Amino acid sequence: MPSTPALRCEQLVKKYGDLAAVDGLDLEVDGGECFGLLGPNGAGKTTTVEILEGLNEPTAGRVEVLGMRWDRDERALRQRLGVSLQETHLPDKLTVEENLRMFRSFYLQGRPIEEVLELVGLSDKRASWTERLSGGQKQRLAVACALVSDPELLFLDEPTTGLDPQSRRQLWDVVLGFKSRGRTVLLTTHYMDEAERLCDRVAIVDKGKVIALGTPRELIASLGAQQVVEFVTERPLAPDGWGGLPSVRSARRSADGIALTVEQLHVALPAILARAEPLGLTHLSTHQASLEDVFVHLTGRHLRE
Amino acid sequence: MNAPTAGLKSAPISPLWELTLARLRLFFREPGAVFWTFGFPLLLSVALGIAFRNRPAEPVPVAVVSAELERSLEADPQLRPRLLGESEAREALRTGKVDLVVLAGPPIAYLYDPARAESRLARALADAALHPRGAPATIDRPITEPGSRYIDFLIPGLLGMNLMSAGMWGIGYIVVEMRTKKLLKRLVATPMSRAQFLWSFVVMRALFLLLEMPVLLGFARLVFGVRIVGSIALLLGVSLIGALAFAGIGLLVAARAQNTQTVTGLINLVMLPMFVASGVFFSTARFPDAVQPFLRVLPLTALNDGLRAVMIDGAGVTGIAGQIALLGVTTAATFFAALRLFRWR
Repeated sequence: MPSTPALRCEQLVKKYGDLAAVDGLDLEVDGGECFGLLGPNGAGKTTTVEILEGLNEPTAGRVEVLGMRWDRDERALRQRLGVSLQETHLPDKLTVEENLRMFRSFYLQGRPIEEVLELVGLSDKRASWTERLSGGQKQRLAVACALVSDPELLFLDEPTTGLDPQSRRQLWDVVLGFKSRGRTVLLTTHYMDEAERLCDRVAIVDKGKVIALGTPRELIASLGAQQVVEFVTERPLAPDGWGGLPSVRSARRSADGIALTVEQLHVALPAILARAEPLGLTHLSTHQASLEDVFVHLTGRHLRE
Repeated sequence: MNAPTAGLKSAPISPLWELTLARLRLFFREPGAVFWTFGFPLLLSVALGIAFRNRPAEPVPVAVVSAELERSLEADPQLRPRLLGESEAREALRTGKVDLVVLAGPPIAYLYDPARAESRLARALADAALHPRGAPATIDRPITEPGSRYIDFLIPGLLGMNLMSAGMWGIGYIVVEMRTKKLLKRLVATPMSRAQFLWSFVVMRALFLLLEMPVLLGFARLVFGVRIVGSIALLLGVSLIGALAFAGIGLLVAARAQNTQTVTGLINLVMLPMFVASGVFFSTARFPDAVQPFLRVLPLTALNDGLRAVMIDGAGVTGIAGQIALLGVTTAATFFAALRLFRWR
C-alpha cells in the first residue's frame, strides 16, 4: 500500500508585494516522523508553517495535509491537527484547566484533560491562572492546548524560543513522547541542538527556499568533516592556504579568527599548531561539527545573526 | 458499547457553553470591568439624584439698595433681599451671589441677566411684590409625584447608556484584544465554529442583561422610589433588542481593527455623540429642530425613548414599535456587515 505523506507541498510561493517570504519551497513529511524546518529569523519558516496549517493562503503552489486540501476539507482537517503558534497569548485569567477544557470542547474527540495535564507536567498547576505561569509553563500549556485533540499531526512553531535550558528539555520530552505514539510532528526552530535532538529529518531553510535536506547526521556528514577547529592569532589572518593542511577539509573566516573543518583532529592539530604558533596564537578551541556549521558552510552566515 | 480506548473518550461539552463560560469568567475576574458595568451607573444615579433632587423652593437672593425696598420685598417669602451699596450689589450680581439687583427709583431699575432663568424669575417675583395686583383667579398645584422627577427621567437613560457601553467595550474592545494577542488566530486553527464564537458574545450580553437591569432598577426603586409603570417583560424585551443592537455595533467596530488604540478611538467616536445627544442626561428636545431627524435615528435615542415610554408612560408594544424596528434593523445590519468584514487573523 503506497502510504500518503503526512504533509506535502510543491513550489510553494508567498509574496508580500515584491517581497517573496516563501520562494518555491518543496517539502514532504512522512507519517510518524519529526521533521524540522531549521533556519534563521526571516527565512520564511513561520509563513510556510502557517500556510501548511491553513492559516495563510499561498500565492502559488500546492499543499496537501494528511492527503487532504485546505480549500476542500478544512473542517475535517482541523479535527485532526494540533497547532501551537509562535506566539499566542492565552487569556490571562483563565486557569490552566479552563483553557484546556475550552480547547477540548472544539473537538469531536480527544484525550482526557487529566491525561494531557500529566503529559505536559502541569497537573499541579491546573487551578492556576495563566498569568501566574512561568514562560516554560505557558509554552507547555500552549502545546497542551494542541494535544487535547489527540492530533495525528502536530505543528510547533519555535516552541522553545526564549526558554531556559531546563524548560526546553521538558518540552523536548513532551514532543518525544508524542512522537513515540507514532504521530507526526513538524517543528520550526533556529536552535540547531533542538533540531539535532528532536528531528528525524531536517530541512535547512534560507530566503524562502530549502537549501539542504536530510537527517541531522547526513547533513553534518556532508561537510566531509567531524570536527571544527577555531583559532585566533595576534596578527589578523586570511583563510587562504589553511585548507591545504593534512585532514583539513575547508577553511573560512570566523568571528575574530579562522575556522577549519577537520576530518581527524589528531592528524590536523599538530600541523595547525606548527603554523599558527609563530604567528602569535592567542586562542584555540575545537567542537563537534553541528548543523550550525552546515548552515554557515552553506550560507556564510550564522543561524542567529 | 464500550469506548475502545481511553484516548477516544469524548466528553460531551458544548463549545458554545464553554466559550460563554470563558467570557463570563474573564469578566468577573476583572474588577475594573465589574465596576464600570455595575458600580458606575449606581454611583452616577446617586450623584445626579442628589444634585438634581426635588427640594422645597428656596427663596431667591436679591440685592437692594434701600431699606424701603428691602421691606417691600421681604413681604414675599419667595424672595430673600439683602441690603447692599450699589457697587457691592452689582458685584454680587456679577459673581452669581444674587440673581437680581433692584435700584431705588423713580423709576425703579432691575439689573438682571435675561439669559438666566433664575434671573428672570427673580425679576418677575420682585416686580409682583412691588406692584401688588391682588390675588389672581388661579390656584397652584405643585407636582412632586414619582414619574415626573429628574431621577425618573435619568434612570432609563442610564440603563440605555449602560447597555451601549457594555456592548461596545465588552465586545468591541475584547475582540480586538483577542486579535492582537493572536488568540483569534489560535482559535481559528481549531475546528471551533466561528458562528458559535460570535454567538458566545451575544449569549453573554443577554445573560448580563438579566443582572444589569435588576441591579440598576432595583437600586433606583429602593433609593429613589423610581417605579416601572409599564410591563416588565416589555422593558426586558426593549433592553434585549437594545443590547443586541450595541453588540452588533461593537462587533462592527472590532471587525478589522488591528490594535486596541484603534478600536478605543472608534468606540469613543461612536459613543460620545450618543452620550451627549441621545437623551441620557437631558431631553433631546433641547437640540434645535433641524437636527431632530438625525437624533431620532441614533440607536441610543431609540433605546432611551423606548425605555422611558415603557417605564414612565406605561407604553405598550404598539407605542414603541418604531423604536423596536429601528433597533432591530440596526442589529441585523451591523451583524451582517461585521460578519462580512471580520478579520480572524
